[in-house]
Amino acid sequence: MAGEATIINVAARTSLWLQPHRIVLILIATGLVLSAVFFMRWDWLPQYYEMGLMGLWRSLWILAVTCILGFLFAVPLGLAQAAGSIWVAAPAKAFCTVIRGTPLLIQLWLLYYGLGSLFPQYPWIRESWMWPYLRQAWPYGVLALTLSFAGYEGEVMRGAFAGVPRGQLEAARAFGMSRWKIFRRIWLPQAIYRALPTLTGETVLQLKSTPLVATISVIDIFAVSSKVRQDTYLTYEPLLLLALIYMTVTGILVFAFSRIEARIPNKVG
Amino acid sequence: MIELLSPTPPGWGGTLLLGLLHSIEIAVGATCVGLLIGTGGAYGKLYGGPVVRDLLAVYTTIVRAVPELVLILLLYYAGTDLINQVLTAMGYQRIDISGLAAGIAVLGFVQGAYSTEVIRGAILAIPQGQIEAARAFGMPPSLLLRRITLPAMLPFAIPGLANLWLIATKDTALLAVVGFYELALATRQAAGVTKAYFTFYMAAGALYLALSLISNFLIGRVEARSRRGMPSVKEAR
Repeated sequence: MAGEATIINVAARTSLWLQPHRIVLILIATGLVLSAVFFMRWDWLPQYYEMGLMGLWRSLWILAVTCILGFLFAVPLGLAQAAGSIWVAAPAKAFCTVIRGTPLLIQLWLLYYGLGSLFPQYPWIRESWMWPYLRQAWPYGVLALTLSFAGYEGEVMRGAFAGVPRGQLEAARAFGMSRWKIFRRIWLPQAIYRALPTLTGETVLQLKSTPLVATISVIDIFAVSSKVRQDTYLTYEPLLLLALIYMTVTGILVFAFSRIEARIPNKVG
Repeated sequence: MIELLSPTPPGWGGTLLLGLLHSIEIAVGATCVGLLIGTGGAYGKLYGGPVVRDLLAVYTTIVRAVPELVLILLLYYAGTDLINQVLTAMGYQRIDISGLAAGIAVLGFVQGAYSTEVIRGAILAIPQGQIEAARAFGMPPSLLLRRITLPAMLPFAIPGLANLWLIATKDTALLAVVGFYELALATRQAAGVTKAYFTFYMAAGALYLALSLISNFLIGRVEARSRRGMPSVKEAR
């Protein structure tokens, strides 16, 4: 019986989805893609294939590291704003406001060109173990993207922490859980469940911010496409391929997050 | 440091302020273009035929999945190319498109995709009876749009549109990468000439932050006005 219902459902859905005008649109889209494949120049692809893969790997790696580190920063930021005294809440609020009120490009340039030009003046920094890293560009990119993600996500976590029903926390306290255990077992997981749909959007936004690191000479996938454009004098081909790559990664991210969301019990509270 | 930021030469404060003015011009223009596209897009998505709906879905999905920087580059080259090709085909000379117009068009196209979704949601949030009542009175569609739909959706749309305005002010910085003269590029120039990188980027950050805070204050006033006569959520609780 259940099987029958699904079959009918699937049939109904495909007939709704593949309406005549959609078939025409799909044919037009296929035609556009095929004409792009045959009439545009793609002979540069084999030469830049490896460089492109390296760039893509670097973009994804920066995305993963900055999202994870940024989220770890965001949890205390959100907690401080939602439940902290004014002495911790005010600085956290100020941090989030400043990060959200200024463009990421300016933050990135401030760290790389600004701090980067101050550091060499101090001999003790130049002699320390950090200097080999501070001379490169990527630590500044990772730092800027991490702080930006933390600033935006801190606001989200503030709402998520505040939105956990009081009854759950009171029940945990009535069970005699310690404060740390309440936070670890109840408050944080419940808040993360609530923040997860927003987190998907923020991760996609973070992916779309990663090409900015190319402006401080980090060779990510965007920088590779710029190099192709400089070398071959082609305008559209590298950009179109780049857009396709970002769209694919976005699709994979959204799909992965929807799988994670599906695993979470959605009857909260 | 103070001399570097003074508004008259040899200070670079005037350059920064001029850049800020250009940034605001581009952001205002892009938001207006975005609102026009957004209103049209929302109407198309809600009331349009199947083809219009699918095309709009493709537009909003693609624009929201591709980084702004890539879109700006693509649209800038494609847009100027297209205009020049049309002009040469019609027998006119090729023209140089001004940075301001191109920046507004490109950012407006991006903003349009986001505001389409915001306005669509806001129109859906209008109580059905208000629109039905207007139709029952025999209001023509244009009057219905002007008198009922737009004012009634405003309180629902303003939070989302306010976010979009703040995003637009910050996205203007991206145009520096393509070479439009606005605050980020002015800052970069000032910092490059004087080598006082830290000072100038801090100053630019402060200007953007001030713009955001002032916008937040003004938007709060507009929102309160658009909600006049509606029951307050705070009192209901």
